[in-house]
Amino acid sequence: MNMRNPLATARGLGSAKEGVHHWYAQRASALMLIVLVGWLVFAMIRLSDADHAAASAFIAQPVNAAFLILLLVTLLYHAMLGLQVVIEDYVHHAVLEVVMHFLTRAGAFFGMALGIIHVLKLALGA
Amino acid sequence: MAEFQLPKNSRIGKGKTFKAPAGAKNIKVFRIYRWSPDDDANPSIDSFEIDLDACGPMVLDAIIKIKNEIDPTLTFRRSCREGICGSCAMNIDGTNTLACTKPIAEIKGDVKVHPLPHLPVVKDIVPDLSHFYAQYATIKPWIRTQSTTPPDRERLQSKEDREKLDGLYECILCACCSTSCPSYWWNGDRYLGPAILLQAYRWLADSRDEASGERLDDLEDPFRLYRCHTIMNCTKTCPKGLNPAKAIAETKKLLMTRRGI
Repeated sequence: MNMRNPLATARGLGSAKEGVHHWYAQRASALMLIVLVGWLVFAMIRLSDADHAAASAFIAQPVNAAFLILLLVTLLYHAMLGLQVVIEDYVHHAVLEVVMHFLTRAGAFFGMALGIIHVLKLALGA
Repeated sequence: MAEFQLPKNSRIGKGKTFKAPAGAKNIKVFRIYRWSPDDDANPSIDSFEIDLDACGPMVLDAIIKIKNEIDPTLTFRRSCREGICGSCAMNIDGTNTLACTKPIAEIKGDVKVHPLPHLPVVKDIVPDLSHFYAQYATIKPWIRTQSTTPPDRERLQSKEDREKLDGLYECILCACCSTSCPSYWWNGDRYLGPAILLQAYRWLADSRDEASGERLDDLEDPFRLYRCHTIMNCTKTCPKGLNPAKAIAETKKLLMTRRGI
């Protein structure tokens, strides 16, 4: 039997005083992705009949390498923020929720690191 | 976790059918959700055949007729019968609205009447709104000031500032919008929902209130405010034609403004 006053339940643990940054970052990264995916389409058309060497040379150009790194990081960051919302919405299990938040972030950051290293390898010719 | 099936004791069975009196020509069937806490039975849908020639024009007229003439155990809330008290909010024909302002003529086929979605049911079409009202209390829905009250008059407001409350003050807290919101269904324990957030913005938009900072502090929370994903069911269903989604968007804008991102 629940003898708690409904107001106590509604007030709960109080406000987290957080959320603006996530909200803004999700929208800002979405806007950036419009531009970056535009570049990706351009690059794919440019490289549609290029061989491996030509493609490598294209990505090795500093501007293109910068675009590709930004695309990878922004895409994974945006996906991470989006998955966070999905987990908050639907996963209501104390332990599972924490584990899934951790894996989402860890996965996104690992993907970013891996992607950056690969592009740099091409760009710096290592 | 999200649930895709009703719990066993909430699954809806077949109910009774009440035939229209002989000679009735203009018959409409009302299929109404029934559940009583006094027996162990599952909920059911009862069918009532109503002679529209002997009934008022609104859904509430038919429901009152059923209670008066057919089944006095049918339980529902109603009061003003003119869309200002918000008591008779229920799910009619798949949409949350006020039974007293919903014309029967607008509904094609049988009239399906259910309680507001995703709330505990007290009996029949009466939902338990305790948590909803408690959430309203959490936003402290009254004027909060630091300056001293003028000794000889009210706190004044320009006509322009008063106009900023249009579209907000008309909310009657019927809960149609909040209970139409999937985000409120899944996270209603913490998410305030469109009705309460519209009320919260009503005080943020009031030129006489001096507690905008504290109000925003209380709202800035991933669950209380940011569970709104602009699904827009709230605005679509509001029987008063208000726009809670816009009030929520304005609140998010205020939070951005004070951060100066």
